[in-house]
Formats: sequence, C-alpha cells, structure tokens
Amino acid sequence: MSMSDLHLIKDVLVKDIAKEPIRKGFGRGLLEAAKEDVNVVAACADLTDSTQMSLFKAEFPDRFIEVGVAEQNLVTVGSGMAAMGKIPFVSSYAAFSPGRNWEQIRTTICLNDQPVKIVGSHAGVSVGLDGATHQMLEDIALMRVLPNMVVIAPGDSIEAEKATRALAKDKRPAYLRLAREATPIITTDETPFEIGKAYVYSHGNDITIIATGAMTYQAMVAAMKLYTQGIDAEVIHVPTIKPLDSVTILNSVSRTKAVITVEEGQIAGGLGGAVAELLSEECPKKLKRIGMRDRFGESGEPDELLKHFGLTSKHVILAAHDILK
Amino acid sequence: MVKHYSISELEAKANEIRKDIIKMLEQAGSGHAAGPLGLADIFTALYFDILKHDPKKPDWDQRDILLLSNGHTVPVRYVAMAHAGYFPKEELKTLRKFGSRLQGHPERTKLPGLENTSGPLGCGLSQAAGMALAMRMDKILHRWVYVVMGDGELDEGNIWEAAMLASKYKLNNVIGIIDRNNIQIDGPTEEVMPLDDLAAKWQAFGWHVLEVDGHNIQEIIDACALARAIVEKPVVIIAHTIPGKGVGFMEYDFRYHGYLLHPEDAKKALHELRTLQGKIRGEHE
Repeated sequence: MSMSDLHLIKDVLVKDIAKEPIRKGFGRGLLEAAKEDVNVVAACADLTDSTQMSLFKAEFPDRFIEVGVAEQNLVTVGSGMAAMGKIPFVSSYAAFSPGRNWEQIRTTICLNDQPVKIVGSHAGVSVGLDGATHQMLEDIALMRVLPNMVVIAPGDSIEAEKATRALAKDKRPAYLRLAREATPIITTDETPFEIGKAYVYSHGNDITIIATGAMTYQAMVAAMKLYTQGIDAEVIHVPTIKPLDSVTILNSVSRTKAVITVEEGQIAGGLGGAVAELLSEECPKKLKRIGMRDRFGESGEPDELLKHFGLTSKHVILAAHDILK
Repeated sequence: MVKHYSISELEAKANEIRKDIIKMLEQAGSGHAAGPLGLADIFTALYFDILKHDPKKPDWDQRDILLLSNGHTVPVRYVAMAHAGYFPKEELKTLRKFGSRLQGHPERTKLPGLENTSGPLGCGLSQAAGMALAMRMDKILHRWVYVVMGDGELDEGNIWEAAMLASKYKLNNVIGIIDRNNIQIDGPTEEVMPLDDLAAKWQAFGWHVLEVDGHNIQEIIDACALARAIVEKPVVIIAHTIPGKGVGFMEYDFRYHGYLLHPEDAKKALHELRTLQGKIRGEHE
C-alpha cells in the first residue's frame, strides 16, 4: 500500500495521536462561515454548548435563535429563515434532530427546497454512557432517503470545519453528522474537502475498504496492519454519503477483489446500504459490511462499546482476512 | 398596484371565488370543499385589500408574505390568486391533474406566488416565525407575515412550539389567522379533540387575540389593520367561519371536509351561489 498525497498526518499508528471531538470543528467552521457571510444564522434546541454553537452565539447573538426543547419547531423555523434568504444551521443531538422531526424536514426543507443545514451531534454508539436512547444510529438512513438532501459525516474535527464552511456556500438542504467523543485527527489543513467527493486515503490492490465518519481512522489503522500481514488494502474515505461519489468507489472496486464498508450506524440504509446498492447495480463484488446490524446500543464507555459492537480496526482486519479466504 | 375595492365589490368577488372553487373541484374529481368555501371571504380580503403584493412580480422583495399552513384548503388560494392575476383562470381547470402547477397540496417550487409547501399540518406558524426572525435580523420594517391555519391542525404540537417562540421573541410582524370552522375529518373539533377555550389558550401563550366573523369582510380587514398596529406581541385572529359557507347543504357538515363533489351536487351548489350573488347585489343596491 502507499499513502495518498492528500496531506494526511504521517503516521496513524502513533500511540499518542492528537484527538478532538468532531463537533469542535463544526463550532469553528460555523464561526468562520458566519464571518464570511452575514446571512449565515443559527438555531439550537437547548444544546448550544454540546453542539458547539456557543462560539457562534457569543460572537453573533443577534443571529442566534434559541428555540428550546422543540425539534419540530427547530427545523421549520429554519425553513422560514431560509425562505427569506438566510443560510440556517440548526442543531441538536442527532437522536432528536433528525430523529424526531423527519416529516418536517421532508416537507418544509426538502420538498420545499430550502437550504437548511441540519446538524446532528452525538451520533453513533460512541456517545457512550447516555445509552441507547441518545446513541443515534438511524440518522444516515433517514436523511439519505430524502430527495434533495446532502448527507455528510466528517472523519475528524479538521474536516468538520471544512465541511461546515462548504455547506454554508451550498444551496441545498443538508445533514451534517457529528460525533461526541474525542476522535483522532488524521487530516491537516491542506487535506482537500469538497461536498460530493470521496477520497482515496491509501492506495492498495487487494481489497477496498470504504469508511465514513470517525470509522475512517479505524479503517486506516486496519490497512496499515493488514499490509504487514500481506494484504494490500485501499482505503476510501467517504465524508459525503449523499450524493455518493460512485466514480471514485467504482474505480477502486473494479481493480480489487473484495469490499468492506465501515460505519458507526445502522448498516441498513447507511453507508453499507448505499455501497451495496451501487455495487449490485454497477460492479458486483464480494462485500462485508461493518456497522450496527438491526440493533440498538447501550450504556458503556465508548471504547468498550465500539469493541462490543465490532466497530474497531481489529474487526476490519478480521473481515478482510475472512473475505479474501 | 392593488386597486381599492368597496366592501360590496369584495363580497361579489368572494362569491365568484366560491363558484370557481366548486367548478374546479368538480373538474378535479377530488379535493376538499368545505374549508375553501369557508375561507373564501378571508382570502378575498387578503388578496384584494390586506396584502401588499404584486401579482406580476410574485417575488417582489417588499411584499407581505402569506403562508397557508393547512395546505388542503389550497383551492381557495389558487382561485384567489387567479382572480388577482397571478396566472390565467383557465389554468384552474388543471387542479390535481398530471403536469399541473396546481398540485393537490401546494408546492412552492411549482407555482410562483406560493410561499410554502404544505399539507402535513402544523408547520406554517413555525415558518412564519422563521421568516419574521429573518426580517428582524435584516431590520426590515413594514412587511408582515400572515399565516392561515386550520382549527383542526391546532391539534399538532408543532403549532404550540411555534406559538411559544413567536411570543418569546415578540414577533409583532406575524399575524396568525385561524379558520375556526369547528370541523375536522373525523367530526366536530370539540368531539375529536376539544380546543376551547381557544382564545384563552393563545392568550396564555402570550398572544394578543382578536375574534372576527370570518364572513364579514369589513371585520377581517379591520382586524388585520389592528393587528398590524399592535407592537407588543404577535397577534392571532380567530375567524369564526361556517364550513361550506354559501352552499346550504354543505354548511356545518363535517362530511364535506374531504368529500368528493358529485356533478349534481356541484350543479346545486352553483345554483345556490348564483342566487347568493343576486342577494349581494340586492343588499347593496
């Protein structure tokens, strides 16, 4: 395998790799976007600090709306602000938004074609101690199925910052998926990000590993170790789950022998679902999908849960050996 | 811009609008009749007196906004818009037909002049609040956001979330108009899910409440003028209406909420409305 020239960090295997919650990058990106464009506004449902909107609120109090614990109102108020030319970022925990307000998003944002940016923080089992109610796993599926909707799950805080700024300039409705826990930083300021693009983070010829969100780090670690075990893996990072960059994926899959998808969410309707749909139509290949299989999470330490539910680099390695058998 | 009409001219206009509603629903072969007929006076007052708008420039940046929250009553809006000059009346025949700009429930992206896509209930007031907040951020004065809501849709929690928000931010540029016709699909509102004391509910949520006879065009116009003058709070106008107004056998009958209009019913309805037209003329002569 060989690392891409995308200005990633030099060594993902380093023990004391720098970490930061992905949502922190969103907070910085929103502030930057707001400085660049006076029409960027924000609304939150009683989770301003947790979702990192507090930076924006402190700097632009007149452009910030606190709606209280009312997620249906959150997105429909966003729809109204967008109709008047604003670019609203509306945030809560992913379990509540888009968990609770799907129909409002469908009708008043997607069908009504308003560029509201729905920001769901605390997605995935790595939310940890709060338990299954707060570990949102179905958000990718819920948002991916909606016409007009863009779905983005950044891989680290640096990419989240770039994604937020890019979304502020984009005219489409969008969902931005964020994680709570400190996540290894694997990209740098120079690493490219464009909505709708997937990126080959490491080149290989045996197997294609397709990952999204914080799971890309796990995929990278797995690829490094697999190389020493004689398997040459290509890793594709898919920050934009919709629209899916089918060209980049098919370019890789057409050369390799098998495919693994990795995500921290339900496979059904998630990245695993999206890739399976693409490949079965365009390029059928042996496929293993790592993620949540039709079940809920539970309370526990994030690392403990990731291990329990099979969402670590070790599980990617096992899957690779298994699929190439 | 908008020509000034006398009250009797507006009443005659409302009657014309009712006739066109019956004709278009008959043509469409489906759709809600009672709500649109009950709202005809309110929409006449809005499009021909109250709203600052320009049918030739639907996206005019100084216009007032009219949101329809209970999207199923959109036939009355389509007819009022056609009469106001947004599109040819001929197009009313296309309601609910394949390829039409007049979708069964309103879609903003299909027809210039619509401000929101609606049908699923309970969202209009939130959107109005969002628009009002955006206008305030931009320091826009003298533009109002009117939002027409059904009474049945007040069952939706989303409405009350919006009511709290508009009150919190003292959105005096929002004017809610509730079509209080006391019916919904499953029966009378007070049986399906009681709403009374409705005025007290809105007052408790921090709104200024006005009540009008929703078929008295002068009262509707005056209430909106008063609402624009009240700056301390958002204002909601509870407009008491008769579902199916103008067509005797439909009036007050909840079964006409989403009832398919048979050709013989349509004929009877049009006959009644023609008679009513004579009466309006007679009253003002």
